[in-house]
Order: sequence, then C-alpha cells, then structure tokens
Amino acid sequence: MEEDFKVIDNYLMVKMPEEVDHHKSQQISKTADKYIVTEGVGNVVFDFEDTKFMDSSGIGIILGRYKKISYFGGKVFAINADSRVKRTLMICGLHKVIEIME
Amino acid sequence: METARSLTENLKKRRINKNEMRVEFDAVSENESFARVAVAAFVTPLNPTLEEIADIKTAVSEAVTNAIIHGYDREELIQEEKEAKVVMHCKLSEDVLSVEITDEGRGIDNIEQAMEPLFTTKPEMDRSGMGFAFMEAFMDDLEVISQPGVGTTVLMKKKLGTMSWIRQEE
Ligand SMILES: Nc1ncnc2c1ncn2[C@@H]1O[C@H](COP(=O)(O)OP(=O)(O)OP(=O)(O)O)[C@@H](O)[C@H]1O
Ligand SMILES: [Mg+2]
Repeated sequence: MEEDFKVIDNYLMVKMPEEVDHHKSQQISKTADKYIVTEGVGNVVFDFEDTKFMDSSGIGIILGRYKKISYFGGKVFAINADSRVKRTLMICGLHKVIEIME
Repeated sequence: METARSLTENLKKRRINKNEMRVEFDAVSENESFARVAVAAFVTPLNPTLEEIADIKTAVSEAVTNAIIHGYDREELIQEEKEAKVVMHCKLSEDVLSVEITDEGRGIDNIEQAMEPLFTTKPEMDRSGMGFAFMEAFMDDLEVISQPGVGTTVLMKKKLGTMSWIRQEE
C-alpha cells in the first residue's frame, strides 16, 4: 500500500489499484490525507495506469482530496486513465475541477 | 429482404434463453468485488461487449456498496450481534438481464431525494452522491423500492448482446 504513494517536490503521486471500489477507497483516502496533512503536500496526482474498474468510490476519493487541497490553492490531476475511467470522471463533471491528462 | 427473412427464421428456431441465479452474502466490503465478478460471469452466455460488462459491474457495485454502507450500520450490528446480508438475484430472459439487490437494513426515507445526483447522507465518509446516477446512466431501467426500518430493493434491467446469439447459431 505505502509503496503506491510517493512525494515528488510538492506533488503526491498516488498509484491507484486495479479495482477502485469502496473496499479499497477508505485506505487510499486515509493514506493520502496523511501525506497532505503531515507532509503538507500541495498537489495530488492520481495515476490510473493499472485501473480497470472504478465506481463512485473513486469519485469520492478525488473530490475529498480536492476539497482539502484546493483550499490552499493546490491542484488535482488524473493521469493514464483509460476511456472507461475517463467517462466515469466526466459523467460527474470532474473534468471541470481537476486536470485529466494523457 | 433475404436477410430480414432469415432473421425471422432464426428468431423462430432459437431456443428461449432463460436463466436465474440468487446469491446471499454478508454485508462486508470484501464481497463487493465478488458480486461484480458473479454477475459478469452470469451474463457471459449472452456475449456482452466489454462496455456492457463494465456498465453492469459498475451498477452492481453501486447497489451492493449502498446496501453495505447505508443499509446497515456497522456499529449497531456489532453491538447487537446481528447478522447483515445482501441478496443479489439475477435473471436472464432472452437478451435482458435483471438484477435485484436487496438488504434488510434501515431503508430510505425519501427515495426521490436519495436518487438526486450529489445527494448523500454520508459526506464525512467521502461519498459523493453519484451511486444512483451511475446506476441510471449505465443500465436501461432502474427502480428503487424501500421502506424505513424494513429494507431496500434496487431493481435494474439492461438489454444486451443484441443479436449475438443469431451469429452463434449460424
Ligand atoms: N440500500 C440503502 N439503504 C439505505 N439508504 C440508502 C441505500 N442506498 C442509498 N441510500 C441513501 O441514498 C443516498 C444516495 O445514494 P447514492 O448511491 O446515490 O450516493 P452515496 O452512496 O451517498 O454516494 P456514492 O454512491 O457516490 O458513494 C445515500 O447517501 C443514502 O442516504
Ligand atoms: Mg452509493
């Protein structure tokens, strides 16, 4: 789990699991918040390279972190999302608040 | 003309496609992935597309997760040593999948409000209020039956693998 989190400069890189669901999401949010609060990381990058499934739990992870860091001017990025994950993000209008990159 | 005729011929010849499955499992998050895999395996005879499978898995995941996190109150269950179960009842009839997900939990006070996008009673748990919106977006039909103190049933339908069985028979 911990190896899926890396801090590079002011960015927290989070490698998302193959299946992002409620079972996995609580631990991801908790660990991400530890870095945001204790290490004071300003921006978060969610890497979906390995992700083949995501439900609304993934939306909750992203929005929850967004609320925490945007208050201090931080940004959230989603990278390497396949078309399915992208579609799920777009249905919720998340592309309006975070940056979805290739 | 010719293709239209052979199509109706095939329609008459084909056997009626029916199947049913009912699973009951503990209301714990480990079983969310089990429910997704089970429903995906159940629909394979209809040759669904990858997109259709992903739609069904997402919708089922939403309904099962809701039963687990909203239907039942974990602390109350532990205190009162109660059991909490979720039932997933799947039916195939022709090329339509119906999935019914039932819990005997707290129920929903206001169904209309609950189904509104972004409405959630658990914002502190990082829920975004998008579950019902996803079920609606990814399935053809969604019905919610609920009674406070009794439980909730979510009924979803999706037409899939259109025509794939004709190709198989030829
Ligand atoms: N099985 C259920 N039992 C009791 N209440 C439910 C049930 N399913 C849904 N609800 C209620 O309906 C609300 C909306 O559900 P929905 O799935 O749309 O959003 P959510 O679960 O709160 O957030 P998300 O699904 O995005 O994580 C829930 O917050 C809850 O109050
Ligand atoms: Mg939900």
